[in-house]
Amino acid sequence: MPERPQIERSMIEIRNVTRSYGSFKALDDASLTIREGEFFSLLGPSGCGKTTLLRMIAGFDNPTSGSISVDGQPMEGIPANRRPTNMVFQSYAIFPHLNVEQNVAYGLKRLKLAGTEERRRVEEALAQVSLTGLGKRLATELSGGQRQRVALARALVMRPKVLLLDEPLSALDKKLREQMQVELRRLQQAVGITFVLVTHDQYEALAMSDRIAVMFGGMIAQVASPKEIYQRPVNRQVADFLGGMNFVKAEIVEENGASLVLDTLGFGRVKTDKPKAFVRNGAAATLGIRPERLRVLWDDATAKFEVAGKVVERHYFGEITHLIVEIPGLEKPLSVTETNDFGADDIPVGTTIRLAYDPEALVAMAD
Amino acid sequence: MTAAAEGSPAFGMTRARRNALLQSEPVQGLALISPTLVYALILLVLPILAVIAHSFWTKNYLTVDHTFTLENYRLALTEPIYRDLLWRSLYISLTVSFFTVVLAYPIAYFISFHGGRHKSLWLFLITIPFWTSYLLRVMSWKVILGYNGVLNSGLMGLGIIDEPSTALLYNSTAVIITLTHAWAAFAILPIFVSLEKIDRTLVEAATDLGDGPVRSFLRVTLPLSAPGIISAALIVMIPTVGDYVTPKLVGGKDGVMIANAIQAQFGKASNWPLGAALSVTTMLVVTLIAGATVLIIRAAQRLAR
Repeated sequence: MPERPQIERSMIEIRNVTRSYGSFKALDDASLTIREGEFFSLLGPSGCGKTTLLRMIAGFDNPTSGSISVDGQPMEGIPANRRPTNMVFQSYAIFPHLNVEQNVAYGLKRLKLAGTEERRRVEEALAQVSLTGLGKRLATELSGGQRQRVALARALVMRPKVLLLDEPLSALDKKLREQMQVELRRLQQAVGITFVLVTHDQYEALAMSDRIAVMFGGMIAQVASPKEIYQRPVNRQVADFLGGMNFVKAEIVEENGASLVLDTLGFGRVKTDKPKAFVRNGAAATLGIRPERLRVLWDDATAKFEVAGKVVERHYFGEITHLIVEIPGLEKPLSVTETNDFGADDIPVGTTIRLAYDPEALVAMAD
Repeated sequence: MTAAAEGSPAFGMTRARRNALLQSEPVQGLALISPTLVYALILLVLPILAVIAHSFWTKNYLTVDHTFTLENYRLALTEPIYRDLLWRSLYISLTVSFFTVVLAYPIAYFISFHGGRHKSLWLFLITIPFWTSYLLRVMSWKVILGYNGVLNSGLMGLGIIDEPSTALLYNSTAVIITLTHAWAAFAILPIFVSLEKIDRTLVEAATDLGDGPVRSFLRVTLPLSAPGIISAALIVMIPTVGDYVTPKLVGGKDGVMIANAIQAQFGKASNWPLGAALSVTTMLVVTLIAGATVLIIRAAQRLAR
């Protein structure tokens, strides 16, 4: 997929938003800018405040303090029915007493369009989500995937400035979910509307988004592109949530503008890029490396950077094999993901192997 | 091979078949409901059959002539007094159902949408009037609506009327007021249940698509609670057509209903065949009206889309 030109105009401004329920803060001083035309994801475990934030943008909930504006317009005091946003609900919320067409036309009725114009827009929306010809079906006669498309068409037909999606794919089975990820992304590029997606599925967020905000405990931990979030997580929590990561204890020996020099047990002394938001907390730090960035060295092959260890466990996953490798000096064994092209699935447990790594793949994280 | 040897497995099979029959679901189900079934047959179906049979017979001075005749039905349908009573009963019961549903809906809505943690407490409070006997409740309406009653004294005390109004008690209005109050809880419950079943995100979706509170209520909540409205209307309408205690106590001369006439035929007038014909006629009319009510509400629901 070619990189889209970044449109820098901001669409949603979230400024120091806090939402408290008694002493519990569902959202704690969150600030965020979402750009016009981007596919933005709020990613985090359940209870991290992502849905609360989405519902506040939609107008179903109000900030205890702080402000939200959409397209330059402050949203305070504007009820949900008069906001330039539309939502795709997790349960789809298809009106059971109406057929597909009537569901899609629901919001248009208020606009009092001419009959032909209304029909045209409904047809157009149904075509966008590949539901042409199913207009007369009742909601009860639709499959999960079709219901989701109806919910999408019903929101898109309103031509909102922002489309909000609350875990839209979580009720679908794996195969359909993956297909819908591609379709949603394609649809967003076609209509050019700003999409804000809430999800707890990191692969979903990585696959679809222009940018992701990772949230934990009501706070935004990191906002960046999928690649940066995955490769340069700001802390252990983010790194851990975005897939497997080996964590190695490290000690900072030198810090300057752009780089860090760390002493580690298994990897020795390494020099890494200093993360943008790195704030040191004493001398201790953590070094991370993703399992797939460690490669098994075969026979006499050598690499500039390598570590050696003993295979203690092997798990077969079809196209890949997970190896658990004990490295002398490291308190926790490393996990290594290797494709099965060269026979990683045949390495006997107990063998000593050498692993190559690229220092670029090492991420320093403040403790 | 002898016949006996062949016979014994055959005998075994019939036994197996009998066991299978006893263990089959329909038979077990029938066995399970049989006490209730017998009870219903003896106390419900037999009396109705007896009533239907009577309606085709004739009363002679002290005996009943068992020759088939439609004379009773001719009387029931053409005699002005019975026709008027039937019309009035229908008018009263339809009016009562209408007002009961209209008054019960907001209460059910409030409990369902705003009852919060106290839903069961609210429902419990609604049942409190039922702790006293129905007669006492009707009597208390007499106290409220009577010549020297609470309402008259109150209105006079406020200077709205100069002398006690006699329009409050002993007429069909009094019957309507009393029945509407008496049946309120029976209407609140089915409406409450149907409102509880509505997914709240549907209302949110309507709001998200631009509807204010009134429009989302009219376009989503109301049509989806139609089943509750239908049951409430039927639950109130069907029994009130045949009510005779309430008209007897607060109805006076103008509030007499068809059931009072039926009671008179079975009692003082001692003309069971005519009473039976009136009962069957009422039953049929109620069935028709109930069917019509369902159809009308469904049509209204379709129009509201």
